[in-house]
Amino acid sequence: MYRYDEYDQAIVDARVEEFRDQVNRRLSGEMSEDQFKPLRLMNGLYLQLHAYMLRVAVPYGTMSGKQMRMLAHIARKYDRDYGHFTTRQNIQYNWIELKDAADILAELATVEMHAIQTSGNCIRNISSDQYAGAAADEVADPRPWAELLRQWSTFHPEFSYLPRKFKIAVIGAEEDRAAIQLHDIGLQIRKNDAGEIGFRVFVGGGMGRTPMIGPVVRDFLPTADFLSYIEACLRVYNRYGRRDNLYKARIKILVHEIGRDEYARQVEEEFLHTKTLGLDAPQAEVDRIAAMFAPPAFETGLSDEIDRSDPDFALWVDQQVKAHKAPGYAIVNISLKPTVGIPGDASSAQIDVMADLAERYGLDELRVTHAQNIVLPHVKKADLYAVWQALDAAGLATPNLDLIGDIIACPGLDYCALANARSIPLAQKIAKRFESLDRQRDLGELKLKISGCINACGHHHAGHIGILGVDRKGEENYQLSFGGSAAADTSLAKIVGPGFDEDGIVDAIEKAVGVYKTLREGGERFVDTYRRVGEAPFKEAIYG
Amino acid sequence: MRIVTGNDLVTGAVTWWTGNGWSVHVADAVDAGHEAEAIAAVEEAARRVNGPVVIEGMMTDAGPTPAHIKDRIRASGPTCRQDLGIRPDFQIEKA
Ligand code: HEM
Ligand code: SF4
Repeated sequence: MYRYDEYDQAIVDARVEEFRDQVNRRLSGEMSEDQFKPLRLMNGLYLQLHAYMLRVAVPYGTMSGKQMRMLAHIARKYDRDYGHFTTRQNIQYNWIELKDAADILAELATVEMHAIQTSGNCIRNISSDQYAGAAADEVADPRPWAELLRQWSTFHPEFSYLPRKFKIAVIGAEEDRAAIQLHDIGLQIRKNDAGEIGFRVFVGGGMGRTPMIGPVVRDFLPTADFLSYIEACLRVYNRYGRRDNLYKARIKILVHEIGRDEYARQVEEEFLHTKTLGLDAPQAEVDRIAAMFAPPAFETGLSDEIDRSDPDFALWVDQQVKAHKAPGYAIVNISLKPTVGIPGDASSAQIDVMADLAERYGLDELRVTHAQNIVLPHVKKADLYAVWQALDAAGLATPNLDLIGDIIACPGLDYCALANARSIPLAQKIAKRFESLDRQRDLGELKLKISGCINACGHHHAGHIGILGVDRKGEENYQLSFGGSAAADTSLAKIVGPGFDEDGIVDAIEKAVGVYKTLREGGERFVDTYRRVGEAPFKEAIYG
Repeated sequence: MRIVTGNDLVTGAVTWWTGNGWSVHVADAVDAGHEAEAIAAVEEAARRVNGPVVIEGMMTDAGPTPAHIKDRIRASGPTCRQDLGIRPDFQIEKA
């Protein structure tokens, strides 16, 4: 894992003290809310429906046990004993008091964490593949490159006031587990014919009110040009992005309006210049960072046998455990989606349990996933049973990964000031309706995603089943859509028809699932059947 | 009725104008009438409230009730975590 050097630590510590001073000036009346708001947002502190909310960055979703334990400590000491893991691989606390905010950031800084660039029109926390460094299908570990981006983008003066927020995701595997085509920039490590490592660069994807799939602007970017090329991508956007209209300010609109070819041409032109600026990290620095992500000391000669005699354990293994590149090891997915739980929420005690397990059995690593779950990337197969038992005792062993119960839901109207409708109670109703795990397993992979408003924090555009909360004459109403995906087969979900109230939409999903069951062929998933047969039979069943 | 509501500057808690101060209970809210905006401005300047807004509401048998569901949820606390005991007795559904 990356460890802060003296520069990292110094700038984070200095930022905490700067913010402490700003908070004091706000509390004493030297600053008005208008003056203070942009400053608190730069430190991840929002004002939401019920209280201040603090968003803490988890760089590329990777944490150590010690960092995870700090998250539990903060939930316990300063919040209401829980935190919310988000689709941005971050964590949010919903009940922070302003007077505590600087102390919390100071505590986070002791474990090399912060809330910088978790808000505002800057380059946000970089996201990545939760299986990085562990996945059997990995070309190369994306995290050194994500870390390089983090260092380059932190307090980047030119990109602190972009036209709008900017989100970058990096993956190193064939399978896309980070929704890269739905990011402002998506980077996929690949090998060229000569066997060299480089990046496929997608620019201009995004969700929100105008969802778009990012086109490829460079098929193979050599690693030696990494930062100068990304800098060029940002510069073109910074210059021409639509600052005149908040709703058209994301890079996806620019790329869409001028077209992929023209955007790519301008980037190449700018790149000729940025390449002369000496922005690319020297090989020694790349090597230094990469060394910190060197594979941990995997034991050798381990058995791949798993004792499946306990049927509940076997069920969990089948659903939650994925192939690891090292023999004798496995990747463990921890579900934060217990039936009728709150997607992504974990109590302090549960966070501690996961930290303990990472330290004891997981080579001290944890990941946060964009599906709001937690991953232990390196667990010995021989330890799986012990891990499962501990998770089960903590209510963390629901075997529903990628099933209909593994719902992504944004905070919605229960917490979010921008919301039109509640997401969480709806997620709970759906999870309850499909409570039977046998039924969920029979339905197979089915990604259901809910957002409480058009901002799409809950990825509804990318759901096999997507649900969007809207305000219909002051009442909560839900629009249903089908056919989205955030994986390698990225597609945008399409609205089926008129919206429903909370009960109506659960019934509509039931009907749609019934259509799928009747029409599915072979090993088709819900989304495959929908793509093959089209929306007509679904519409017919739902609206009659 | 016209209700003035905002958040406490220090704690962030949702608060309601009671006629001579602020309460975390919507039951204590009063009709601020045409003075609502002036009250909001004075109170904000004095840092007794953060981000005050004037909202519509009505007096029901259950007491003052905001018209919009967003404000009713602000009055009750998150509906999915009533165990937090913010104001779980407050009914957010329209009567
Ligand atoms: C509760 C406070 C939150 C606020 C005020 C907020 C605000 C927003 C806004 C305004 C947008 C639209 C940006 C645009 O299209 O230009 C957005 C997008 C997004 N947010 Fe949030 N959000 C919140 C919470 C969350 C949470 C909890 C998550 C993760 C579960 C999240 C993840 C995202 C994602 C993935 C997108 C869409 C991707 C994109 O196009 O950027 N947000 N958010
Ligand atoms: S999608 Fe809307 S309701 Fe949900 S968290 Fe984002 S801004 Fe809030």
